Amino acid sequence: MNADFKQVRDTLVVRISGELDMLVADQLRQEIDRRLDNTSISTLILNLEKVSFIDSSGLGVIIGRYKKVSAQQGRMYIVGACPPVEKILHFSGINKLVPLYRSEKDVVSN
Amino acid sequence: MWSVIKGRWTSPGLELRMNVKNYVRFEFSSMPENVSFARSCVGAFAAQLDCTLEDIEEIKLVVSEAVSNSIIHGYNGSTDGKIEVMASIFDNGSLEIIVKDFGRGIENVEQAMEPTYSSDSSRMGLGFTFMRSFMDEMDVISEPGQGTSVRMLRFFPSQNHQAMA
Repeated sequence: MNADFKQVRDTLVVRISGELDMLVADQLRQEIDRRLDNTSISTLILNLEKVSFIDSSGLGVIIGRYKKVSAQQGRMYIVGACPPVEKILHFSGINKLVPLYRSEKDVVSN
Repeated sequence: MWSVIKGRWTSPGLELRMNVKNYVRFEFSSMPENVSFARSCVGAFAAQLDCTLEDIEEIKLVVSEAVSNSIIHGYNGSTDGKIEVMASIFDNGSLEIIVKDFGRGIENVEQAMEPTYSSDSSRMGLGFTFMRSFMDEMDVISEPGQGTSVRMLRFFPSQNHQAMA
């Protein structure tokens, strides 16, 4: 797993690649939280274009960040999930809390 | 439905129903690094069945959940535990997966399998829900202090159909 962070004003984009399971869940959680805690972020975008696998450990990271961002009156979006990952996001009901978009551009234009 | 007797997996009636066509069995230490190894292994094994890539993804997911449960709940994150995985393909085209640990066990299996229950809130308690949803049969045998075994079975209808034709 690799996570690339890009911040533009109060929007944090996290581009994740690899497999999101229990091996990497803690590291990803800490890396995102460090930025949420230290800077003023109102919008968190998780780009999952290059994520090939996700299980409940990965879903746990997403739902935890959603709670954190919501508590700070921020918004969160997921973009670019491939069909297998998108299916799991739908199955878990996360898509009802965190809107799914095809690309980062789609979030901006909406 | 089935039981663990002296470390040997047996399933009363299973042998009468179908024969094992092929199987793999492996064990590994309870390290998070091995979760991806286990799911890839079983996914590759399942690929010889007449199934779709989507089926393989579901198989990998349920293995990931069962092995993660063993590490997180069975061994409380300790990396010196042992996990055994056995996957069998039966001649009717069904796939059986058994994930077994020798950890602390589950006090109340029924409670642990409830969709909303999780003793680790960060994982949402979805593990058992995935296993139950993506597999046709699922049983959990657990004894506090002895460990936990999860057995899952998935039928692949097209093969059943071919077998009957």
